[in-house]
Amino acid sequence: MQQEAMVRGELRGKKTVQFRQGSALRQLWETNLEVFQRDKLALLGLFIFAFFTLVAVFAPLIAPNDPLTPLKDANGDWIKDVVPYWMAVPGEDEAEGYVNTFHLGTTNIGRDIFSQLIYGSRAALLVGFSAAIAVAVIGTVVGLLAGYYGGWIDTLLMRAADVAFGIPFIPFIIVISAFFDPSIWNVVVAMAVLLWRDSSRVIRSQVLVIKEQAFVSAAKVSGASELRIIFVYIAPSILPLSFLYGTLAIAWAILTEASVSFLGFSDPDTISWGYMLQDAFNSLALSREAFYWIVPPGLCIMLTVMAGFFIGRGYEEVLFPRLRRM
Amino acid sequence: MSRGIANYIVGRFLQSVMVLWVIVTLLFLLFRLAPSNPMASYIDTEFTKEQEQALLARFGLDRPLHEQYVIYLINLLKLDLGDTFHYAGTSVIDILRADLPNTLYLTLCSLLLAYSVGVLGGIAMAALRGSRIERVGTTFTLMTRAAPQFWVGMLLLTFFAFQWKLLPSSGIGPAVVRYRWETEWDKLLSPIFWRHMILPTFTLAVYLHGLPLLLMRSNMLEVLDQDFIVMGRLAGYSERRLMIQYAARNAVLPVLTALTLGIGYSIGGNVVIETVFAWPGLGRTLVRAVQSADYPLAQGAFFLIALIIVIMNFIADLLYSLLDPRVGASAQAQIS
Repeated sequence: MQQEAMVRGELRGKKTVQFRQGSALRQLWETNLEVFQRDKLALLGLFIFAFFTLVAVFAPLIAPNDPLTPLKDANGDWIKDVVPYWMAVPGEDEAEGYVNTFHLGTTNIGRDIFSQLIYGSRAALLVGFSAAIAVAVIGTVVGLLAGYYGGWIDTLLMRAADVAFGIPFIPFIIVISAFFDPSIWNVVVAMAVLLWRDSSRVIRSQVLVIKEQAFVSAAKVSGASELRIIFVYIAPSILPLSFLYGTLAIAWAILTEASVSFLGFSDPDTISWGYMLQDAFNSLALSREAFYWIVPPGLCIMLTVMAGFFIGRGYEEVLFPRLRRM
Repeated sequence: MSRGIANYIVGRFLQSVMVLWVIVTLLFLLFRLAPSNPMASYIDTEFTKEQEQALLARFGLDRPLHEQYVIYLINLLKLDLGDTFHYAGTSVIDILRADLPNTLYLTLCSLLLAYSVGVLGGIAMAALRGSRIERVGTTFTLMTRAAPQFWVGMLLLTFFAFQWKLLPSSGIGPAVVRYRWETEWDKLLSPIFWRHMILPTFTLAVYLHGLPLLLMRSNMLEVLDQDFIVMGRLAGYSERRLMIQYAARNAVLPVLTALTLGIGYSIGGNVVIETVFAWPGLGRTLVRAVQSADYPLAQGAFFLIALIIVIMNFIADLLYSLLDPRVGASAQAQIS
């Protein structure tokens, strides 16, 4: 997955970002406005995120059952392997002593799949947004410092990025989870430790261009401190780039969390879409062709990841106008 | 080859060695300091006293940390990665040696498929730019990149292996058949092996084709903008000839660099697919080693995957500098 960002970084690094005039916040606001006005797919991505955020926040109100508790029928048996009511044979549920109200059926130990799907949005968004913030902040700060100071600071930071490029991402998370308790935060930590490598390289190359511009020299002459120049004068110009890498990081984080949960390295008490798919895989849902169990979590992952890609593309087209005509 | 490029290659090589050294050091610290007992990295509770003593001496586990580190580096250079916990006496390197070819077959076949489809698809998308087909095609490719690989694998398994019973669901062949494969050649010549490879290869290719396709498309569009294409058009060359003979040839070079990088990163990313299809490769071994707290095996598998990535990054850098001479020149300016 990082290969794309890396190739992209190398190719795009050569093209110059279009800079805007005006105050930092206004620049950022205008860029965002342009992204979502210009690009309908980016707007769709924003709606998808908004939708799943609402689902995650109101999960307890939407989900009919607890996602972890096995449900029991009148005889005290698990209501297991029940197909959704719209697929079920009428009357079957009453004969067995329960009422089939399950939109997506139940698992092999009688947990409500629909409720799991609703609660799964919490893990995805939590991991997605925290990893995105971590990646964007670290990548931006490293890129700014390396680009502005140059010299040994630059060498040190960029060699560290080389090391990060040599570490296989998913194997790294797996090895980390060998030593720490299983938790969705392992993914966030691993992303923070490794994935700043892409954004920092691209941001550094932009900083190299910006620091030669007149307004930076003017700030120097007027006696602004170096930190002030970096964070007040230069940083706002590259913030849209941080946003771009942030949105892409949301997508990678959701995808990665799903993979790691699927491999069985997640906390079994936290329901996530990857965990649901692992559960289905291990309970032989495939051979029973239980599509109502296999398809929905995968679709949710795909939708949220696509949302990240769509917004990322929207940013790219505004930031790198050469692509626009293509 | 000019001196600039030679210097650049040597510099890049030394840098790769440094990167590998840092990774190996981090791995040493992670596996020595993180487990509650530093010996846990090499010695299982089920080992006999003699085995324990032998391993203690081999890895110097009774010595101070800095001496252990030197011994660790020397052992790595000798490719001695210790013994696994689970088949006592089997060395880690033997297990990895059996896994590596399987991972390579799977990775290379799926990359070949993905990059052929991707390059041709990218040319087609560039030729059809602005059309409806192009918009649908690119959106579809973005969708395949967003779909989790293991999920695509699960869906394909459900249809092809369980519902229609066309293809095997896991592994590389039944034990009876595997038993008869004495060499790698026996395996490669067996149709059963290739039948088992179809589903995982295809699943990986579904994901991997997106990068070359999108890259090829945007490179094509960039090249088509350049003067020599405009000149060709003025000279009356056909659009097809311009596209394939002139534009595609130039646009494909960066895709080749991406392919080199792709080999390294796919081997790291295959972990998930190898688990879904129970494919006996490096990734699955890593997952199982971590699940069963088999530290030497986990460490060895991780080291091997990282080694492949560093080598491939190095080769990609070389390709990049050979294909684009400006890189070599600017690199020389940096060194001197």
